[in-house]
Amino acid sequence: MPLPESLRDNSTAAALADLVTAGKLEFGELTVEVAPGNILAALGRAKTSLGLNRLSTITGVDRYPAEPRYEVVYHLQSMTTKERLRLKARLPGDHPEIESACPVFRAANWYEREVFDFFGVRFLNHPDMKRIMLPEDFEGHPLRKDFPVTGTRY
Amino acid sequence: MAIESGVTSALEVEQDYEKHIKDPQAHRTMVLNMGPQHPSTHGVLRLLLELDGETILKAAPDIGFLHTGIEKEFEVKTYQQGVTLTDRIDYLAPLSNNLVYCLAAEKLLGLEIPPLAQYTRVMLAELTRLNSHLVWLGTHAIDIGAMSVFLYCFREREEILRIFEMFSGQRMMTSYFRIGGLALPHPRGWQKRVKDFIDIFPSRIDEYEELLTGNSIWMGRTKGVGYISLEDMLDLGVTGPMLRAAGLALDVRKDAPYSSYEKFDFKVPTSTVNDVFARYQLRLEEMRESTKIIRQALEGMPSGSHQADAPGIVLPEREKMKTQMEALIYHFKIVTEGFRVPAGEVYQTIESPRGEVGCYMISDGTQKPYRVHWRGPSFGNLQAIPRLIEGTLIADVIAALGSMDFVLGDTDR
Repeated sequence: MPLPESLRDNSTAAALADLVTAGKLEFGELTVEVAPGNILAALGRAKTSLGLNRLSTITGVDRYPAEPRYEVVYHLQSMTTKERLRLKARLPGDHPEIESACPVFRAANWYEREVFDFFGVRFLNHPDMKRIMLPEDFEGHPLRKDFPVTGTRY
Repeated sequence: MAIESGVTSALEVEQDYEKHIKDPQAHRTMVLNMGPQHPSTHGVLRLLLELDGETILKAAPDIGFLHTGIEKEFEVKTYQQGVTLTDRIDYLAPLSNNLVYCLAAEKLLGLEIPPLAQYTRVMLAELTRLNSHLVWLGTHAIDIGAMSVFLYCFREREEILRIFEMFSGQRMMTSYFRIGGLALPHPRGWQKRVKDFIDIFPSRIDEYEELLTGNSIWMGRTKGVGYISLEDMLDLGVTGPMLRAAGLALDVRKDAPYSSYEKFDFKVPTSTVNDVFARYQLRLEEMRESTKIIRQALEGMPSGSHQADAPGIVLPEREKMKTQMEALIYHFKIVTEGFRVPAGEVYQTIESPRGEVGCYMISDGTQKPYRVHWRGPSFGNLQAIPRLIEGTLIADVIAALGSMDFVLGDTDR
């Protein structure tokens, strides 16, 4: 898929062009979407050839009831130019799964556990895929949009 | 017993301990529970330590005891109400958290903040850094055994809290920065209060140094302790003073200046020694630099309004509200239903006392955020604990943990 018009002259987006499915440049922040299957390739290339060598955070977003329902969002930063990149992958509502970023960034470990805890997104080949904040016997994933804010029943 | 992957239950640890007591020879290693109530874990961090004698073979941090679901709660509060939640995330740096949240929302709204409000934000954010570093220094010293430093640090912290109270009416949960500016205009007589404080403060830092820097017990406990390589820290997501003590001058205030930090003249102290003592010296140096920033803000404080000119977003003045119909309507609308924020997403970061705080805010065009994700610096830093303490002695754990300066409210959110 070709890059959107607004990103043609952006070198970071151009370097990932063959993986990008959508992208935008808003508020001076670059967002690039890739297919979930390409996430390791995109992260690996961002780290090695683009110099985006620091993982700031990983988080999730629930777009319920839209489909694909989940977004996994990665924020990267370069230590030399200090520029930032937001990488996104969209996952379906049932059995959301994506490759773990741990082989590329060790920092991904806890962030991915947090996304699993709050959204129920499973990270494949993660060294320790279990809840991090909530107790192990907790039912449901509280940051999903169909999880109530008050009350005890899911 | 060995820690397999992740965390073992308290019961298993207890059974292991009993077995170890009965037959120490057959049971070479033992698992020790440190926390969640251990005083040196500063909150409710649970550490599982697998020990061989006094050497730590493996460490597994267990977090989540202070999880309060703040990220979920943002989604049911209006933008302005959300400010009060940010105070409660990192309770030692409430104003830094207010700031990052307001900056994110203001970016989405495209608001122009008047210079007076920007300077006040810088000044109070730096006072927050002093406040946080003072608590850190006091508790870190008390952990290692220097009781009196704690009392001296809290003497100065008290004055900072009084300044906060003067500005906002609150000592800790200030909520003084609001979307669009400041909650209240400056209080009467604030200049003298702040000036008196920063005039005396550098000599107080010397006083702490006199107590600690040349102290042979302090040096023995901190020098050469808690080493972790820069590559490991970067890969594990560590930010803030830990990283700067290893020689990397990563500071959001310089890299992407916010709230007019670019107008201030200050240095980002670094060190290459990379041990507990270096982190201590680095934070003291940061306090000196912060004092300089506060002085510049105080002396160069611009005049003007404390709030942006945005009638639908900031509350109208009390006087106008009582005399003008339009102001009354705005007041009613803002208080009852909030204001709409244009759809979009931003990731705003600032430099808090502990490192990079990130606020990832998504708006869907309504009065409430669609999603707010909080990147707490303590969460990132805590991931480095196993790397930091594995292979060292158990007595050094206290010093190494203290040098990290984490807040569990920030970790668990």
